[in-house]
Amino acid sequence: MSYVVEMLNIRKEFPGIVANDNITLTLKKGEIHALLGENGAGKSTLMGVLFGMYQPEKGIIKIREKEVKITNPNVANQLGIGMVHQHFKLVENFTVTENIILGSEPLKGMVLDIDKAAKRIAELSKHYGLNVDPHSKIEDISVGMQQRVEIMKMLYREAEVLIFDEPTAVLTPHEIEELMKIMRNLINEGKSIIIITHKLKEIKAVADRCTVIRRGKGIGTVNVKETSTAQMAEMMVGRQVNFKVDKKASTPGEVVLQIDSLSVKNNRKVLGLKNFSVEVRRGEIVGIAGVEGNGQSEIVEAITGLRKVESGKILLKGKEITNIPIRQRIESGIGHIPEDRHRRGLVLDYTLENNMVLEVYNKPPFAKAGLLNGAAIKKYAKGILENFDVRSGEGGASIARTLSGGNQQKAIIGREMELDPDLLIAVQPTRGLDVGSIEYIHKRLIEHRDKGKAVLLVSLELDEVLQLSDRIAIVNNGELIGTVNASETNENEVGLMMAGVSKEGSV
Amino acid sequence: MRNTIVSLISIILGLIAGGLLMLFIGASPIEGYTYLFQGALKNISRIGDTLATATPLIFTGLAVAFAFRTGLFNIGAAGQMLIGGLAATAVGLTFDLARPILILVMLLAGIVGGGLWAFIPGYFKARFNVHEVVSTIMMNWIAYWTVYYVVPGYFKGEFLETESRKLAEGSTLRTPWLTEMFQGSYINLGLFFAVIAVIIIAFIINKTTLGFELKAVGFNRHAAEYAGMKVNRNIILSMLISGALAGLGGVALYTGNASSMQIGILPSQGYDGIAVALLGANSPVGVFFAALLFGILYSGTGFMNAMIEIPPELANTIIAIIIYFAATSVMIHRLLNKFRKTRSNANDVDGPVGKKGEA
Repeated sequence: MSYVVEMLNIRKEFPGIVANDNITLTLKKGEIHALLGENGAGKSTLMGVLFGMYQPEKGIIKIREKEVKITNPNVANQLGIGMVHQHFKLVENFTVTENIILGSEPLKGMVLDIDKAAKRIAELSKHYGLNVDPHSKIEDISVGMQQRVEIMKMLYREAEVLIFDEPTAVLTPHEIEELMKIMRNLINEGKSIIIITHKLKEIKAVADRCTVIRRGKGIGTVNVKETSTAQMAEMMVGRQVNFKVDKKASTPGEVVLQIDSLSVKNNRKVLGLKNFSVEVRRGEIVGIAGVEGNGQSEIVEAITGLRKVESGKILLKGKEITNIPIRQRIESGIGHIPEDRHRRGLVLDYTLENNMVLEVYNKPPFAKAGLLNGAAIKKYAKGILENFDVRSGEGGASIARTLSGGNQQKAIIGREMELDPDLLIAVQPTRGLDVGSIEYIHKRLIEHRDKGKAVLLVSLELDEVLQLSDRIAIVNNGELIGTVNASETNENEVGLMMAGVSKEGSV
Repeated sequence: MRNTIVSLISIILGLIAGGLLMLFIGASPIEGYTYLFQGALKNISRIGDTLATATPLIFTGLAVAFAFRTGLFNIGAAGQMLIGGLAATAVGLTFDLARPILILVMLLAGIVGGGLWAFIPGYFKARFNVHEVVSTIMMNWIAYWTVYYVVPGYFKGEFLETESRKLAEGSTLRTPWLTEMFQGSYINLGLFFAVIAVIIIAFIINKTTLGFELKAVGFNRHAAEYAGMKVNRNIILSMLISGALAGLGGVALYTGNASSMQIGILPSQGYDGIAVALLGANSPVGVFFAALLFGILYSGTGFMNAMIEIPPELANTIIAIIIYFAATSVMIHRLLNKFRKTRSNANDVDGPVGKKGEA
C-alpha cells in the first residue's frame, strides 16, 4: 500500500514553545486517519505545516513519495491538499456556487460563467451524495450544510487529500452521522482523509488508523479496530481516564427553579416554546434533552432574562422572576454557562481578569463608590484561573481572544462556579473540550449538585445528559414530551422521545 | 506602547510624504518644514495660538474617542459644537453675572447643549436601532440651520447680519494674564478645561465601573447584556458624555478662540475630531498629543505660505496622509511583527510569549 502523505520527524517551534517535536504521520491512500490530542497538543500546528501555513524547522514532507516544500496554502492546493477549517470561511450573502468558485472564477469571455460552475457543483454533489443546492445562499442554510459547502470547495478544486479540523464540533448528532456517511463516500471514491479530533467515539466509528500526540510529541500510531477507546484516551492524556461519571444517588431538596406553563417566542417571532413546565430541586441535576433548535435556547434565555416571556411564570426559590432585570436574576442566585462563549460568554478584547468579574465588577471588594479596585480583581481572577487550570500566555493579563477554545470555556465555567449560584444553568458545558477537561467539568458539576445546589443542564450530547442528570426533560418542537428518571431510562427511549414520541406514564 | 509606535510611524510617514509633495512642486522640504514649525512654535505668542488652535480639537477628539470606546461612531461632533457654542454664547450675551459664575454657567450651557444634541441620536439608537452615523449627520444639519435662524433672529451683530454680537471682554474664556503671558496670543482658559477633560475622561475609562461597562458594551454588547449590564442605558449615556465634550469644544471655539458666532459654517473641528481620535488610538492621552500635532500643522501653515511658495492646503494634505497611515495601521503592525521576528531569529529564540492558543 502506498502513502499519499508522509510527514517525517516534523519539528515546529514558536518563540518560547515547541509546538511539534519529532512527529511522524503517514497517510495511506484511501484511509481515514485520525489525529488525536488534547486542546493545545499541537494538532492544528501539524496540519498547518502540511497545509503550508507554517514552515517546519526540521523534518521531511513527502507527497505521493516525492519530497516537497509546501511554502504556502496555494502550493498545498496544487499538490491536491484541501482543508475544512473549524470556523468556516464563507461569504454569508453569497450563494453556494459563488462561494465555491471564489478565487478561481470560471470565465466566458469577459464575464463570469456561473451556470457552468453551478452545473458542475450539482454533478459533484450527486456523485458524492452531498445534497448541496448550488443556488441557495449561505445565510439560509444550516451549519451542517455549510460544512458540506466547504467540502465541496475542496472537491471542486480536485483535492485528493482532505483535512478536517474538528469537523463535528459544530454539528448536531444527526449531522455528525451524515458527515460520516459522506466521509465514507469520499474514501470509496479514492480520496484520503485526515480528521483532527478529540472525540474518541467518532474515531472509533469512522477512522482506520489514529496518530496520537501529547504536548507536542508523537505518542504513536495505532489501528483503530484493535485499540479500545480507553487505550486511546490514555495515550492522549497520559493517564487513565474515567469515562463513567461517579455520582451518588441524588437527594433532592426544596424546589429552586419552577417553570410554569412557559411560552416564549423564538427569533422568527413564532412560539419556540409552548406551555413548558419543569422544576429543579436542590441537590439534583435536571437535563434537557432534545435535537438542536427545539426550544432549549428559549428556555435558557427566558430564565436568564435575555428573552421576553409571552406567558407563564418562572419562580426562583419561590419568588417570581419572570420579568425582573438580568442583573437582579444574577444577584438572586442564577449562574449561566452560555451556549456561545464568544457571543455571550466573554468580552474577547478584555483581559481574562476583567472577564472574571464581568458580573460582579461593581460590587465590593472589586469596586467602591464606582471606582475599580485592580488589585482585588487580579487576586480574584488568579484564584479562578488556577483553580480551573486555565492555561494562557500571560495569566490573568492575557486578552481572552488569545486563549484556545477549551481554556476560554474553562474560564467561563470557573467564573460561574465561583459565584456559587443556587441555580446553575449549564448549556453545552463541555463543547470543544478534550476528555481530560470533560472529566473535570463533569466532576465539578456533580460537586455543585452535592453541595445542595440545583443544576439545569442543556446539552446536545445525549451521553452527557444521560450520565450527569438525575432527571431528564425531553423537548421536541418547543413542547415538553415528558420527564424521565435518568436511572430508569436509556438512550433508545430518550432518543424516541426526542423525535416526538411521548412515553406512557412519564414521571 | 505599541499604539504609540504605530501613531509615531504614521506621523513620520505622513511628514515624509508631505516632503515629497513639496519637492514635487519645486520647493525645498527642509525649508518648508522649518517654516511650518517656526510658524507654529517660533515665539511664545505663536505657541499660544497653536495651543488655542488645538483646544477645540482636544475636545472633539475626546468626544469621538469616548463614543468609539462604547462602539458608537459619533460623526455629529460638529453639530454638538454648534449647539454647545450657541448655548454658551446666548448665556454670555444675555446674563450679567460675576465672571467666575458666568464662565461656569457658560460651560454648563455648552455641556447641556452638546449633550442634548447627542442624546437624541443615542436615544434613537437605543430605542429604535437607528444607526448613529445617519442620525448624527442629520443632527449636524439641524444644528447648522438652528444657528442660521437663532443668531440673526436673536443675537444679531451690530454691523453684520451673518454674525452674532461680540461677547464682552469679561464674558469670554480669554483672560488678561494668559494673554499677557503669551504676548497677545488668543490662548484662553479653554486649554485648561481641555486638560481637565482629558484627565477626567481617562479616569472614567480606566478606573471606574462606568468605564468598565461602557467598554464592555463597546466590545461585545451581547456579553454585556448577558452579564446584566443595561446596554441601552449605556449607549445613551455614552452619547450624552460624548456630546457634552463636543459641546465644550464649541464653547472653547466660539467663546474662547473667537468671541462671536458666524452663521453658515459647520466647524471643521467636528470632523477633524475623528482624525484626532484615530491618530490618538482612542486613548485620552493619545488624543491630547494628536490634537497638539494637528494644532501645529494648522497654525504653522500660514507662516509657511507667507515665507515660501507652498500653498496652505499642504497642511491639510499632510494631515490626510497621516490619517491614511493611521487608518491602515494594520500594515504597520505587520511590518513591526516582521521586523521583530527577524530580529528575534537572529538572537535565537528568546521570545517569552507563546503562540495563540498554545502553552
